[in-house]
Amino acid sequence: MRRRITNYFIFSLTSLCALLAVSVLLFILGYLLWHGGRSINWAFLTQLPKPVGESGGGIANAIVGSGKIILIATLFGVPLGFLGALYLVEYGGTRFNFAVRYAADLLNGVPSIVIGIFAYTLIVLRTKQFSAWAGGFALGIMMIPTALRSTEEFLRLVPRELREAAYALGAPQWKVIVTVVIPVAMRGILTGIMLSVARIAGETAPLLFTSFGNRFWSHGLNEPTASLPVMIFTYAVGPYDDWHQQAWAAGLILLLGVLLTNIVVRLFFRPRTA
Amino acid sequence: MITPENLDEQESRIPQMRFDPMQAEEAEEIPQLKTENGQTPAITLLKTNLPEGRSPNRVLQAVKVSTEHLNFFYGQKQALEDICIQIREQCVTAFIGPSGCGKSTFLRTMNRMNDLIPGARVDGSVLIDGRDIYARQADPIELRRRVGMIFQKSNPFPKSIYENVAYGVRINNLARSRKSLDEVVERTLRGAALWDEVKDSLHKSSLALSGGQQQRLCIARALAIEPEILLMDEPASALDPISTAKIEELIFELKKRYTIVIVTHNMQQAARVSDFTGFFLIGRLMEFGDTRRIFTNPSKKETEDYITGRFG
Repeated sequence: MRRRITNYFIFSLTSLCALLAVSVLLFILGYLLWHGGRSINWAFLTQLPKPVGESGGGIANAIVGSGKIILIATLFGVPLGFLGALYLVEYGGTRFNFAVRYAADLLNGVPSIVIGIFAYTLIVLRTKQFSAWAGGFALGIMMIPTALRSTEEFLRLVPRELREAAYALGAPQWKVIVTVVIPVAMRGILTGIMLSVARIAGETAPLLFTSFGNRFWSHGLNEPTASLPVMIFTYAVGPYDDWHQQAWAAGLILLLGVLLTNIVVRLFFRPRTA
Repeated sequence: MITPENLDEQESRIPQMRFDPMQAEEAEEIPQLKTENGQTPAITLLKTNLPEGRSPNRVLQAVKVSTEHLNFFYGQKQALEDICIQIREQCVTAFIGPSGCGKSTFLRTMNRMNDLIPGARVDGSVLIDGRDIYARQADPIELRRRVGMIFQKSNPFPKSIYENVAYGVRINNLARSRKSLDEVVERTLRGAALWDEVKDSLHKSSLALSGGQQQRLCIARALAIEPEILLMDEPASALDPISTAKIEELIFELKKRYTIVIVTHNMQQAARVSDFTGFFLIGRLMEFGDTRRIFTNPSKKETEDYITGRFG
């Protein structure tokens, strides 16, 4: 009897927690839709913000700005992580590998605000301006460990038999890597990279004092640049109801963007079934 | 360089575990043999119907590979101990023995596949055409182009059938044009007895093939760069009897052009396909010689125990 009650209790507790875990996402999505859904229309997506005090306007500059910053971050962080992982798996000695992997894990744990300060002192203070470059650099640093670890994982999944087959045909190491290892692992690597892009898309802290923000279009990459997360932050703490509305809506756009990336990744890069 | 002519002087240099097929070969003519069916039990089959296609004068074939006092270590662990052997051209040489006895390791020393394993160390020499493949100036890449390998688990690349066969040709820049590449692919697929089954689906994924077809594809892939020696590491151990029979037939065809070394767990298979058989036990080559003699009249007790199923 006692055993059955315990069993029942544990079952209820765990299933409740599982349910809660799932419902958090649905709850957030629903809340965003409720508050922000109304404000989303074509103008919201294509217009600049209106001057302070006027209602209406859009977030077009923040969407484009986020795009720029993420692109810079990807171009900076992904090659570093990817090639680093390639080294670890294909060439590295064990002790150095351990050090690199450990450093990557530590870097992954560095609070994003600290990375923001780093980019701020390194780029913003030197160039004496906020820029998309600085923001992209900060986010790029954050991508390195995730890109590295996920690439490494998928490279390691490439069966030894396939490498050996290529070696046995007289392929030198670099050809084995380029013609067999990378193509086989590519799907997984791309999935990992896309997910890390989605992960940094919502980072706010490192952007606050690197790309800063901008209520207008930024031209080129050397000006303060608007981004979705920073815009949400500014609007949410601002004094106007209209801004609050727009913050909800911008949050919804950001979340949809991330969800879309996730779904696309999972559809296109589904593990191949033989 | 060891040749059949100077075997005798080699003999004096190499103390133990060396088996010379020349001497082991019984003087009598090998009787005309015919296969009734391949399904009879091993030992009786051996005595009564050795397969056709063996050349009675195989001992006159030149030595292709020879090893001298070959020792091999995985880190501290010694996996091969003082292996001395001669493998003859255009013959099938089979290695049998219980798991972990070193026969696969030995196979992989012949194309320096073990180089890829961290901590692996070779001592002694392996000569192919009289040249030491572990010499300082020897190039493992060039070696592997001459010594093809078939693995236990068929391992086609997840590419099309065509690309699998073309792979070695491409990376070694052996084909001058698309047309000549097409020819090589067709020729090798025919050579591997796979052409008729795949000629209409050359550009489909190799992973859609059956296990037996995949293994023949791997053979075709290895043949495409025209190696001189073909190493087969239990090539049929994961296949059903029909696929196994096809692979064995293929081995018969291939030995006309290649030197074949095969590792197998299946003693009937060794008996069916090979001209020479070596028996490995805990890193040592216990006995080596003419296949028929090894299976009918082994000189070591361990060999007899193994082939009669008393252990292993």
